[in-house]
Order: sequence, then C-alpha cells, then structure tokens
Amino acid sequence: MTIFRDLSQHILDIAENGVKAGATLLHITIEENFAADTLRIVVQDNGSGMNAETLAKVEDPWFTTRTTRNVGLGIPFFKQAAEMCGGSFRITSEPGVGTITEATFQHSHIDRPPLGDLAGTLLCMIVGFVGVDVLYEHRVDGRTFTLDTREIRAVLGDDVPFSDPDVLAFLNESLHDGQVLLQGETN
Amino acid sequence: MKSLEELQKIKERALQRRKLAGEGARARIIVAMGTTGIAAGARDTMAAILKELEKRGITDVVVTQTGSAGMSTYEPVVQVQVGDGELVTYGNVDAARAATLIEKHVLGGEVVAEWQVK
Repeated sequence: MTIFRDLSQHILDIAENGVKAGATLLHITIEENFAADTLRIVVQDNGSGMNAETLAKVEDPWFTTRTTRNVGLGIPFFKQAAEMCGGSFRITSEPGVGTITEATFQHSHIDRPPLGDLAGTLLCMIVGFVGVDVLYEHRVDGRTFTLDTREIRAVLGDDVPFSDPDVLAFLNESLHDGQVLLQGETN
Repeated sequence: MKSLEELQKIKERALQRRKLAGEGARARIIVAMGTTGIAAGARDTMAAILKELEKRGITDVVVTQTGSAGMSTYEPVVQVQVGDGELVTYGNVDAARAATLIEKHVLGGEVVAEWQVK
C-alpha cells in the first residue's frame, strides 16, 4: 500500500519536511544505474535535523512532530515503497546540520513506481518554497545533469522571481534538455 | 542547464516589463502541499498553475506552498487572494479547476463560489 502514484511525489513530500525544519538548501540526487539495476534517490536538507530519539520514531507511521497533523507521515510510505521493490531505505540526521533521506529501488522491479513528473515537481519546489534553493543532480549510467537554483538566483537577483513566466519557461526548457541528455543518444 | 547568458537577457526583459507594470502583486495563490495534499494531487494542481502563469505571461502573481491545510477531505486545497481582498479557500482543485481559477478569480476578480470551502 502506498498513497503516492510516483516517486516524484515522495521526493516532494520529503523535501517538504526539510523546508518545515527550516532548510534553505535541498539537495536532490537521483542515480539510475542500469548495469546494477538500481535507482537511488537521496534528499538532503540543511534544516534543523533530528536527535536520535526523534529519528528512531520517524519511520513509525503513527509518529508525527505535531499531534493533530500529518507531518512526517510520508516517511514510512517511502521506506515501504523501497523495501517492497527489492531496495533499502535509510534516514540519517544530525541536530543543527540537517537530514539525509536515502531510498534505493531495484530499477526493473515490477512494483517500482515511475519517477513521474519530475520536472513539474522540481518547479513546484523551486517556485513554491520561498527562499529555499534546490540543487538537483540526476545521473543515468555515465551521464549527469545538474540544475542549481543558487546559480540562477545569482543572475536574477531579488527583483525577478522564479514565477516570472520567462523564468518558468527557462526552467522548463533546462529540465527538458536535461531529460534529453539523460536519455542518451541511443534512445 | 541552459546558458546563464540567456538567463541574463530574460532578467533584463523581466525587469523592464516590471517597471512598466508598476510595483506590487496582483494576487497570491497558496497551494496546500502536505502529505495528504500531495497524495490528493496537489503537485499536479500546482504544476498546472505554473503552466498557466507561463502560458498567459502573468508576471504579478505570487505562488507559494504551505503544509497541510487541515482540511483533508477537500484536498487539493488552494487559496487565492486578489489584492487586499478576501483570502478565498477552494477545495478539490484539480489541474482543470486550477486553470479556471486563474482565469475567473485571479484575472477576472470573480470568486468561484461553488468550489469554495468554508
């Protein structure tokens, strides 16, 4: 059982936790290795992190940092999704430093959810998380695509937001070019 | 990534346009993006909103996301505020509804009462 249709939704949910914990940088790494038949997703944030006690509870579906809401509810679902697909899940955290959530899947596993609308998901993060930068690194076999909003922010300055239509088009085209690059010439 | 020189040109154009349009945002849109919101499709809702801004060349709308709206039965939940007007909460906002809200409420200034939740 899982509540999300695709892995991008899991990534967004984990990123949301980081932003709630005060992160200013989200580092999202996706590694697809066809020879090893693995898909690895790492979401690293520089938020407030968790102590050992909280960390031990966080994979428990009944745990939340707030009593009436569902913060952190997505973590056990992500863990379950990975473990159901011949993979593994690990979350490490350090108070004051941040949290690293890492899920590995058997790439070809029949139950592995698709990555889904990764570009749309990244746009939601880049525009929607105000004041938070996103470093997106995606590797497929030997090919790598990187998008770092700190570089983009440095050019745009404070007066042009990421939601500007021309900036949105630039981001969309960049992410599309990235997908083409990652697919490689043989596809 | 596409070239940063290209981005520099985009910035100059955007600044010029902003100077002509004057200061301030026409409206703000908030998408509830907690775990239950994402499960209900809030990511696709927000992607549709951004697509509309890009397609229609809208420069003066601020889009942000927030955690759970605490209204799980109505998710995806989107809030729209035009100028200093009322912050209106809409429920079950899928991608198609999001596009309509941009047209009717954000651009037309008309609250879509039938999708409003109170």
